[in-house]
Amino acid sequence: MMRNLKAMLGARRGTNGRLHWTDVFTYFYLAFGVFLMFFPVVWLVLSSFKTPAGLVEFPPTFLPLSQVEVQVEGQKKPLPLFRAELEDGSVKDLAQIRRIGIVSQMVDPNDPDAKYKVPIDKREPIREFRMAWENYFDPLERFNFLGYLSNSVIVTVAATLVTLLINSMAAYGLAIYEFKGRNAIMILVIGTLLIPITVILVPVYLVVTQLGMVNSLWAVILPGAATPTGVFLLRQYMLTIPKDLIEAARMDKASEWQIYSRVVLPLATPAIAVLAIFSIMWRWNEFLWPLIVLNRSEVYTLQVGLNAFQGELDVQWHYILAMTVVTLIPVVLVFSFLQRFITTGIANAGMK
Amino acid sequence: MTDIRLKQVKKAYGSVEVIHGIDLEVNSGEFCVFVGPSGCGKSTLLRIIAGLEDVTSGDVEIDGTVVNTIPASERGLAMVFQSYALYPHMSVYKNMAFGLENSKMPRAEIDKRVTEAARMLQLEPYLQRRPKALSGGQRQRVAIGRAIVRDPKAFLFDEPLSNLDAELRVAMRKELAALHADIGGTMIYVTHDQVEAMTLADKIVVLQAGEIKQAGTPLDLYNKPRNAFVAGFIGSPRMNIIEAKVEAGEGGLILRAGGFGISIPAVADLEPGDSCSFGIRPEHLDMAPEGATADMTAKVTQTEQLGGETYLYCDTEGLPQITIHRPGQLAVQAGQDVALVIDRAQLHIFDAQGQTLANGVGA
Repeated sequence: MMRNLKAMLGARRGTNGRLHWTDVFTYFYLAFGVFLMFFPVVWLVLSSFKTPAGLVEFPPTFLPLSQVEVQVEGQKKPLPLFRAELEDGSVKDLAQIRRIGIVSQMVDPNDPDAKYKVPIDKREPIREFRMAWENYFDPLERFNFLGYLSNSVIVTVAATLVTLLINSMAAYGLAIYEFKGRNAIMILVIGTLLIPITVILVPVYLVVTQLGMVNSLWAVILPGAATPTGVFLLRQYMLTIPKDLIEAARMDKASEWQIYSRVVLPLATPAIAVLAIFSIMWRWNEFLWPLIVLNRSEVYTLQVGLNAFQGELDVQWHYILAMTVVTLIPVVLVFSFLQRFITTGIANAGMK
Repeated sequence: MTDIRLKQVKKAYGSVEVIHGIDLEVNSGEFCVFVGPSGCGKSTLLRIIAGLEDVTSGDVEIDGTVVNTIPASERGLAMVFQSYALYPHMSVYKNMAFGLENSKMPRAEIDKRVTEAARMLQLEPYLQRRPKALSGGQRQRVAIGRAIVRDPKAFLFDEPLSNLDAELRVAMRKELAALHADIGGTMIYVTHDQVEAMTLADKIVVLQAGEIKQAGTPLDLYNKPRNAFVAGFIGSPRMNIIEAKVEAGEGGLILRAGGFGISIPAVADLEPGDSCSFGIRPEHLDMAPEGATADMTAKVTQTEQLGGETYLYCDTEGLPQITIHRPGQLAVQAGQDVALVIDRAQLHIFDAQGQTLANGVGA
């Protein structure tokens, strides 16, 4: 395993330890790709551990650093610590009490009675590496983010299950049976892709209201359950399942339901996995529709909850970043789990 | 035991009729082979019997009951597909058990039947394997096993050996014959390979363009073909069929073809001036002995010496290539002229429409 990995990572065209120019090019290109893909994510994760002050700092720092604070006798709050250059040229670690204009009033933490006045360009904040875990814990505790999280999980899981069931059944009908107008129906299904969601937003909202589903998670789960993309994806895959297999199952006295559930579904696993990944990502990241139909904070999903940090005047970036990381985790987990099912060519293994 | 009867079965796709009214009886326990060139409708006919295709008109009867509207799953037949159609996601055991599970058979009975079939087909070591881990011959046996465990009214085979290599095909052919002798069910077998047909069948049905050209025992078809198509199709290598003009001769007729005339006794319905064709199988053509009168002479263009037998391919002016098949080894080389005699008792004569006028004429 490790040797394979090493061989794969170290693969190159040049021989005898020399690099062919294509090796250089390839590694450069790949490194660039990795940078392009991962830098925003890494930046996001690191930034999510920064304090609000650290976030707005310019120039920005890469690692989450925060200023060291000390408790000084006679002062109520902890004070930020600076390394100040005094008039006599000596350098001392001082805590700042307050700043007046371009002068800062400082105190020696070891000697609370010794006060200094230092110009602000003569002091340098002392910083340490510190992860602002409160970015994560505060929203989870104070803003009921765990509730949002569980709503999101319920919506995603339920919607994905319903989507897979309905779409695979529709795809089965459109792929396995031959009847007049089959292609016309398929075109009709795909044709609905041409209608943008914004156009049907109001009609669907009216339907959802009539059904009394506003402010219930079903309002998010049901309307998008049948997706033309999913039907198309599964149907095209099912078309590749050899007809002989279906007929063999018919000869084997299988009912249509058994053919669907015991022959076609297992053979369509790669396509189902792809659709599952899509569905999970769509549902997890869905924002506009939940925002419209979910108005009470008890039924908020994560994405809608995140929006709450974005006030008109004040955007709480540290919470948004931290909660964005939280919303990323399940997608990453799902993808790494399901991607191994995306292997094609299983359906033909029993033929010939 | 099951007999299957087709009555005036027709099948059309849209306005194109592909099966033109077929009457056929397959008796209980019979091994019946449908043979014909590709596109002759033999597979369609099999699928009609299986219930995978509907008939356009006519009746399919199984054991005296018309089954036209009964779906494939209810007809109680088992089919082995050309592609085997094994379920790739199931083990060999599951593949064989699938049909039984669908008919709600108790576990113990399923187990008994699958084990029994696996023993019979020598599949016991592979029961837990997936089809992709099996060789072609093993997959073929699983497909047959899947049919056997069902204990069906009849077995339908759709070109089951065409995906195997030549050696395996011969071996599987023998196994199939043994299987039929062993379980004795009614079997219908589709193939385009006439050797398979000859070796396996109790009854061969030769189809062409959606019509039965002749049905009968293998030797019947070989000895007494009813028309030029069957004569050409059955037998390997093909019968030499040569077009000729009929002329009057002394005490009979002369078949004039190219530069040669072959004298034959009078044949019913054949008059001087008619066009006809005559057929002679490669094995019924012989070299004329020294001094005897030859029917024709030909130049050998190619020889195939197989040791035990010899094939000669000859050209004569104005005639199609003539094939000669002789047992043993012949000292004949390409480019040499050979004089040939035709065994009159094995000469087939067809009229201009290809219908047989005589299978063998008196010497």
